[in-house]
Amino acid sequence: MSSADFVLYEEEFKHLEEALRRLRQEANAKAVFLIDKNGQQIASAGDVEQFDTTSLASLTAGNVAATDGLAKLIGEREFSVLFHEGQQDHIHISIVAKRAILVVIFDDRSSLGLVRLRVKRASVDLEKIFDTMLQKGEKGSGAGPASPFSEITDDDIDALFGE
Amino acid sequence: MTFINYASKEINCKIVYYGPGLCGKTTNLQYIYNKTAPESKGKMISLATEADRTLFFDFLPLDLGSIRGFTTRFHLYTVPGQVFYDASRKLILKGVDGVIFVADSQEERMEANIESIRNLEANLKEHGFDLSTIPYALQFNKRDLGNVVPVEEMYRMLNYKREPTFEAVATTGVGVFDTLKSVAKQILIELKKR
Repeated sequence: MSSADFVLYEEEFKHLEEALRRLRQEANAKAVFLIDKNGQQIASAGDVEQFDTTSLASLTAGNVAATDGLAKLIGEREFSVLFHEGQQDHIHISIVAKRAILVVIFDDRSSLGLVRLRVKRASVDLEKIFDTMLQKGEKGSGAGPASPFSEITDDDIDALFGE
Repeated sequence: MTFINYASKEINCKIVYYGPGLCGKTTNLQYIYNKTAPESKGKMISLATEADRTLFFDFLPLDLGSIRGFTTRFHLYTVPGQVFYDASRKLILKGVDGVIFVADSQEERMEANIESIRNLEANLKEHGFDLSTIPYALQFNKRDLGNVVPVEEMYRMLNYKREPTFEAVATTGVGVFDTLKSVAKQILIELKKR
């Protein structure tokens, strides 16, 4: 396969969650999600139980991918921020470190201006964490725990499909 | 691109159902959705037109259980099959781990099948993937219809690299899980190699 796997270790996960928690608090948002551009949720903070987070991640990634396509059609590199305004809740979507999507869901207790400001600041922190993750990834398995999949057997795989 | 999360002990893989318009990609997903226990599946999302044709994608998250303590989660996507939705099709292949090609067995759809495989090959290439190396399975769907092309002939026309090939009737579920398992297994074997 051409692209490397995306590996998230405990330490970076904690840092990401911490950054998201801070953002949620400072932006007075309901919930904050960090999503991989392929549609998988990386981390979240806030009042997330009320949302179907898997669907949210996949639809957001689809939305961003479609908007990226639109940008290229008109000769833009990307639209780095998307904003959806609802009657009560609003969604602010931005790209972080080129490969992740930061989603902030907020209502009228916050404002678009405040969210934009806080997102900008949080993006810097998140990018740093992503840099560390990438460096670890490049160093290979020596930097993190050994891959649990190097030792899986055909029986393990078959067991997964056992009726 | 498999997403391995050591913090939540999850592996997430993406499988895309590809094929010409009306070949039964969404029907495959619907069957899987209907036959999977509620605790193992998420919500199925279909972004479709009013006439129930896939507009952007269908999406179904599926938990297959755990392997070495890691929850194995597959995200199943379909692409819109109609020729003019190529831009959307391309987007959905982003980060794919495995592909299932659903071919329509009806004689008059052979041309569309061949065109769609060529389109898959080209679109994969744009994302830096190669059809000859990516986990892949072929499904001959609609075997219950009257005007179907014999399996051997379809195999000759459509099989790309001796990939596992399955006869199917997606509406009743024949071959649906076998096809899915085949690609899921190939993906896990790939993970093992790395």
